Amino acid sequence: MLLIPCPWCGPRDEAEFHYGGQAHVAYPEDPAALSDEEWARYLFFRDNPKGLFAERWSHTAGCRRWFNAVRDTATNEIHAVYRTGEPRPVIA
Amino acid sequence: MADSVADSVAEPAVGRRSPAAAFAARFEAASAGGSLRLAEIPFLAQINLRVDPKSPAAERIGTAIGVPLPVEPGTTAGGGDLEVLWLGPDEWLVVGPDGAARDLVERIEEAAAGEHVSVVDVSAQRTTLVVGGERARDVLAHGCALDLHPRAFGPGRCAQTMLARAAVVLVAGEDGFRLLVRSSFAAYVAEWLLDASVEYVAGG
Repeated sequence: MLLIPCPWCGPRDEAEFHYGGQAHVAYPEDPAALSDEEWARYLFFRDNPKGLFAERWSHTAGCRRWFNAVRDTATNEIHAVYRTGEPRPVIA
Repeated sequence: MADSVADSVAEPAVGRRSPAAAFAARFEAASAGGSLRLAEIPFLAQINLRVDPKSPAAERIGTAIGVPLPVEPGTTAGGGDLEVLWLGPDEWLVVGPDGAARDLVERIEEAAAGEHVSVVDVSAQRTTLVVGGERARDVLAHGCALDLHPRAFGPGRCAQTMLARAAVVLVAGEDGFRLLVRSSFAAYVAEWLLDASVEYVAGG
């Protein structure tokens, strides 16, 4: 079980959260102008790194807010959490 | 005419039955030993309030209900008759006595004065269970991962979390904890509490 530090509520059990996939995937400026392939790429293609990964989580059983976390996909260690709208912190 | 409407509202509905009413006797039996106290506080008025905490409306609402909205995550304000629980950075639960819901909604809406707020009477959504006594923490620790030590979760703290996989609002008070439980989960949580408390109840 992961212990995830919600930026509002503090450390809570993983069971209280829902996963929201890769963070910082921007909605296309002009979706109508995209080709089907570009649209599909926006919808379905995500990074799958081994190592640090910025991802979205929602504290569904708590404050019900979305936030971002930088997690190491190899070790599950969470290096940083930050609120929506804040830039991804630089991790050495 | 306004009077007759108010009268009909103030009068409790006939046959009204709280979600954990059937557990009253078993709660009482479990509380007999003195080290644990289980009970239900039925029909508390609950108003869900969403408003930008930095807006003038938030301040006016605090003044109107006599309790400033707590902005520190996981804290409560007020006490006694009226308590405001922090549910999120722009969301609160105003808890008042039975029958106060309509008046509270009116006062909050009047204070909001057309600003962008959401005020919803959710009194029927949850009932309140009391877990008190010196063993209260031990019982809750059977199914709650939060650190309930007074140092971390003393009076004036509240949290939305899971108790035995059921979503609850947990409120710490001077005389124990209150659990705000969904009405449809009340029987399950009551059964779970009784089961978890067996080892702390005299003769159990």
